[in-house]
Amino acid sequence: MSPNQNVPAPPVQSSRARWTTRILGITAAVATAFTVWLGLWVTPPDQTQGDLVRLVYIHPGVAWVALYLAFALAAVASLLYLWPRTRSLFWDRLAAAAVEVGVVFNVCTLISGSIWGKPTWGVWWAWDARLTSTAVLLVLFLGYLALRRVPAEPEVRARRCAFVALFAAVDIPIVHFSVLWWKTLHQGATVLNPNLSPTIHGSMAWTLLLGFVALTLVFVWMLLVRYRIGVLEDWLGTGELDVALRERQAEGGSLDEDEAA
Amino acid sequence: MWRDSLLVAGKDLRIEARSRVGLSQVVPFGIVALVLFAFALGPDRALMTKGAPGLFWVAVLFCTVLAVQRSVSVESVDGARDGLRLSGLDPAGLFLGKSAAVAAQLVVLEVVLGAGVVLLYGASITAPWLIVSSCVLGTIGLAATGTLYGALSAGLRVRETLLPFLFLPIAAPVLLAGTRIWQAGLAGGTPSYGSPWLRLLVVFDAVYVALGIVVFGPIQESA
Repeated sequence: MSPNQNVPAPPVQSSRARWTTRILGITAAVATAFTVWLGLWVTPPDQTQGDLVRLVYIHPGVAWVALYLAFALAAVASLLYLWPRTRSLFWDRLAAAAVEVGVVFNVCTLISGSIWGKPTWGVWWAWDARLTSTAVLLVLFLGYLALRRVPAEPEVRARRCAFVALFAAVDIPIVHFSVLWWKTLHQGATVLNPNLSPTIHGSMAWTLLLGFVALTLVFVWMLLVRYRIGVLEDWLGTGELDVALRERQAEGGSLDEDEAA
Repeated sequence: MWRDSLLVAGKDLRIEARSRVGLSQVVPFGIVALVLFAFALGPDRALMTKGAPGLFWVAVLFCTVLAVQRSVSVESVDGARDGLRLSGLDPAGLFLGKSAAVAAQLVVLEVVLGAGVVLLYGASITAPWLIVSSCVLGTIGLAATGTLYGALSAGLRVRETLLPFLFLPIAAPVLLAGTRIWQAGLAGGTPSYGSPWLRLLVVFDAVYVALGIVVFGPIQESA
């Protein structure tokens, strides 16, 4: 039996969608390369921070994608999934893709922040309000991904995950304020806030801006690719079941033939 | 809704009264945790007194996980969960009832652990109203979020391992607020520092109780 008969055809992606993804990916790569070039070679080192300032071209952009774009998108998509009128697996897969990419960006935020913090503050990790709420956010959405790995019917999994995303999204402002107060009420104003040079201008400002655009493009591209993988995973899940059923049936069939012979 | 919640809370508490799982396992576990914290910190009395508020709330948080798991597992056999769903009870009442039962057990636990903190760690309470109100508000929040996540994880085979991971980060604000209020209410603290944290707990409670009342029905369907 040829494999084509066994496996149902994968869901087809329209050539327009394919090309959009491809062009986005190329644009993102070019923008990122340009940011790297500007950030590492063209822009001058900072007067006080020296070459460390070059992390500023990446770190805020990564944090913007992780903390605002990705998780806001995940929360909105989950809400739209739970809303009966807009319920569709599209929103579930979009939320899952946003969380997964967001977690990657969140980890990058923490890592790039740590690399900056060690020479500047003298420690890899400070219990600063922003750092702490970013870490809590990461743990909340790692829980989402853990729940997603639990095998279940796509609809059941989608509902469960949407609820978890909703609860986490509601928790974020509360965590943010509690962590903010936790620092400020206890020790006075935090001195560890990254005190960026206010006289950022010229090539530095443009590089910073380009960094934001490049990382947003990278996020959107990864989101699209991850969404497509989600579609294929679901197809594979149901496809495998069909194949297994057919194999068992085929076994039963050959058994009957043996008995007849 | 209220009548249903009383029925459900009564059922859960009757099961607890007859099985004594909470009293003979969860509360002793809390005491064990207090003793282990003391071992971890060493015999330094001043350090223990300083850490008492946080250690109390961490112990409460861990015990909440156990209480919630118990609250879920009493309905995991004999199709009890489906029975409850088919019983026609209002889902909101079900949520409030199960939360109330967990909360009632947590209150008993907190009294015991509070006494433990005072006796073992040498903490002395200067503003009892702060301590009591933080416990009441914290308990409501923990019971509500715990019950929500308990229902969400009810049908999962990996419930025992997944529930703490999902629930504990969500409860982080309760830990922060409870600890700060206790610091304000114990000897050496400034009682006026406690009031913003009490407001935070009120917001936390209101958000998750309201959320639970609205979404508990749909959550049960997906479990």
